[in-house]
Amino acid sequence: MKKYILTSILAALLTLGGLSVPALAGPEDVVVENAWSRASIGVNRPGAAYMTIRNTGDEPVTLIGLTTPLAMMPEIHETKTNAEGVSSMSPAGKIAIAPGESVALEPGGLHAMLMRLQEPMTEGETFPLTLLFDDGGEVTVEVTILGISARGPED
Amino acid sequence: MRRRAILGYGAAGVGVVALMLFAGWWQVDGPGGPEPIGQRPVALTAMDFRLTDHEGNAVGPETLIGRPTMAFFGFTYCPDVCPTTLSDISGWLDDLGDEADEMNVVFITVDPERDTVETMAEYVGYFHPAIRGWTGPEEQIARVADGFHATYERVPTESGDYTMNHSASVFLFAASGRFVTMIDYHEPREFAVPKIRRALEEEMEGAT
Repeated sequence: MKKYILTSILAALLTLGGLSVPALAGPEDVVVENAWSRASIGVNRPGAAYMTIRNTGDEPVTLIGLTTPLAMMPEIHETKTNAEGVSSMSPAGKIAIAPGESVALEPGGLHAMLMRLQEPMTEGETFPLTLLFDDGGEVTVEVTILGISARGPED
Repeated sequence: MRRRAILGYGAAGVGVVALMLFAGWWQVDGPGGPEPIGQRPVALTAMDFRLTDHEGNAVGPETLIGRPTMAFFGFTYCPDVCPTTLSDISGWLDDLGDEADEMNVVFITVDPERDTVETMAEYVGYFHPAIRGWTGPEEQIARVADGFHATYERVPTESGDYTMNHSASVFLFAASGRFVTMIDYHEPREFAVPKIRRALEEEMEGAT
């Protein structure tokens, strides 16, 4: 909550100051926070990125896809684990975010699956990831690459 | 009435119940408990398989007898669940500290086609040093999964590759090889470490 308020204040201040704020573009009311991913071993394995996408506006927004120079086929996927403990992944399709709501892309749930990496994901670096919305709006966020064994954005 | 009885166990009991409710909430997508009937692994002593660890040693169920064991399935081309599980386990092992030295910790691939001994060696190298990576021929992997009552299947992806659906629980066995319990994927860590300690304690009881 505190982080949210701080982020909002910061975003508002930066916007008032006429500075551009990464992850605050396109649908003006979409704020992306804590974008992180894990380093990859080479380029043969798909990567995954995680973040919180917040709709601070009065209108619903619908996330329809992703683009990034890092991967030829970035897609939002969802990991599901059934009653037998078997986990599987499938494309999540469109994701609607109601006004004031947020969607968490986090380990074991929704995630940005980065298929066909163009280069290895190296710990300490960042890469741009663009979120595409159904109204044609786009939000680009810099995703931090953490270690392979990272557990969350604070690692 | 029932609530009053629970309160009798004190705040700790209430805390445990709250955690259990929390765990139940995690399971909201799937009906049924964490250990469906008929899904429990057999004892390690009743299993029969031959695999190779990430250092090239021949291993089998007998390798695990004599120390408590934490075992789980996955594959190195897994973008989400497996690195998360390996990270969680690394964290549990860190929490256990010296106690973790008393355990076998084994990551068994369900994707032997891509997960060679060398691949497993590289991959487990990024996680806690106690974690061993096991691979082997497809039919032997099938035998392991059979013993664990674990399932896995190969699923093609849009990118022309394939991914694997697989059991994501972590299995705990006592030093005797008896199955103790499992830690479900996404179970809160407050649950996981006590469960591991329970498997470790079984060993102590067996020794006296």
